[in-house]
Amino acid sequence: MMNRTRLLAFGGAGLARVAVIVIVPLMLGGCTAVPVHGGKIDTGDTAWMLMSTALVMLMTPALALFYGGLVRQKNVLSVVMQSFIALGVITVVWFLLGYSLAFSPSLIKIGDYGFLGGLSWFGTRGVGMDPYPDFCPTVPHRLFMVYQCMFAVITPALISGAFAERMKFKTYLVFIVLWSLLVYTPMAHWVWSANGWLKKIGAVDFAGGTVVHMTSGLTALLVAVMIKPRLGFPREAFLPHNLVFTVLGASLLWFGWFGFNSGSAIASGQLAVTAFIATHNAAAAGAVAWMISDWVLKEKPTILGAATGAVAGLVAVTPASGFVGPISGLVIGAAAGFLCSWACTWRARKGIDDALDAFGVHGVGGTLGVLLTGVLASPFLNAAVQSTPGIIHGGFKLLMLQTLAVVVTIVFTVVMSWIILKILDATMGLRVDTGEEQMGLDLTQHGESAYSS
Amino acid sequence: MKLLKCIIQPHKLEQVKDALNNLGIKGMTVTEVKGYGRQRGHKEIYRGLEYNIFFLPKIQIDVVLEDKMVDEAVKAVVDNARTGHIGDGKIFILDIGNVIRIRTGEEGPDAL
Repeated sequence: MMNRTRLLAFGGAGLARVAVIVIVPLMLGGCTAVPVHGGKIDTGDTAWMLMSTALVMLMTPALALFYGGLVRQKNVLSVVMQSFIALGVITVVWFLLGYSLAFSPSLIKIGDYGFLGGLSWFGTRGVGMDPYPDFCPTVPHRLFMVYQCMFAVITPALISGAFAERMKFKTYLVFIVLWSLLVYTPMAHWVWSANGWLKKIGAVDFAGGTVVHMTSGLTALLVAVMIKPRLGFPREAFLPHNLVFTVLGASLLWFGWFGFNSGSAIASGQLAVTAFIATHNAAAAGAVAWMISDWVLKEKPTILGAATGAVAGLVAVTPASGFVGPISGLVIGAAAGFLCSWACTWRARKGIDDALDAFGVHGVGGTLGVLLTGVLASPFLNAAVQSTPGIIHGGFKLLMLQTLAVVVTIVFTVVMSWIILKILDATMGLRVDTGEEQMGLDLTQHGESAYSS
Repeated sequence: MKLLKCIIQPHKLEQVKDALNNLGIKGMTVTEVKGYGRQRGHKEIYRGLEYNIFFLPKIQIDVVLEDKMVDEAVKAVVDNARTGHIGDGKIFILDIGNVIRIRTGEEGPDAL
């Protein structure tokens, strides 16, 4: 008894000591001198990147609205919470560990090809106020870190559309932390870090077609299958309870996406303008294409179709936005509108309850965009594809590299996500019990109702 | 006395209310209801998938009348609620045992 008490006391003191050793230096890191990497800060670039960071932040609550309107009244808060809390949880994870794993100099590498960052930037250590030439030659490194944080936040939240109306909240929290560290950060390292291997071989992804949309969309398909359909699917109709929310959410996503894509120029010059226009045009063409598809196939032009089409266009243009002109933007958006619309009906026919079509929109749209980048990328707009232009500019190599990136992303994402989900299913359980599902997740998971009376 | 339970299209409520008012009918109770009849609902489309929605929104008007008023009132409802399309609704006519005005305790037709 004595021993155990002493042990506990020691354990407590030990924890406190660890906390002092770990946390205090991290806090001091904020006031002691930070490393200088040279380079001069450009105020115009910095202003645009601050703005872009805030724009991308808005996308996560926008996603909450987009998804929230699509579910039944009894589950709207649970869906909104899944997006909103990602802003909290993933931000903490990102500043302590995620950014270091994703962007610090490769710890795990083969030759010059990096596979995972190390802990050298753990807790923002070494991430200073000076520009960092590899990522952000004219803005403070810390700004780049918080800009990237917003990407890390929205990505796991995108998956939540797949398991809407039946996921256990506690398991969800653990899932997004594990998924962010084991799927998102390695992918970000491969594609965006200084010597990430996919970047080194020449595959391009301007703002996250692979890292953000393919990873989340593919995981969505996997988790929809693993967690099984909602009770009553497909016999009962699960109808959207407020499409105005959904359209407002889609519109705010469109707005925030200017920060997502145009901000990925990490500067406020011509490249940002290229991405801005491609982004806008793809959203517009996506909305029109999906509306036409609904009109022709189902006799009515639906606003849910138009809103979803805009998002599909935005997803597809994400990897391409810094490489393509205005007309290519229209082409990408239109292709996404038609293809994603077909994909959503396909998965329903297969009996897969990806409740809010995270796969049909992000998985399919992201893959399409990564491949179309290999077709449409212009060496006149972006020097990064000078030696490997897209097919319409006479090069075939880029499409091959993009295809390789697609295959790698699919295999890596599916394998890692499957492992994470299997472990969570066996330990915590993915799904709420039947009674809770019938009563609704708002009451049973959160103890609240969205609408009184 | 009779109870008229009129199930009508929601957008016809104002017109029917005015017509009944013009007959000198002094009150009614209106409820938002859902239901289906021979038409068995309608079709809605979400992301390319069609759903059959059985329960459509309707308005139910409950109005209690003296027997002699029934024919006139039924005619007023039918004339004003009819669009000629499927889904115009129905009128159910029931006998009423008694009516009591809570404030004064009056009973029967006096309480209407």
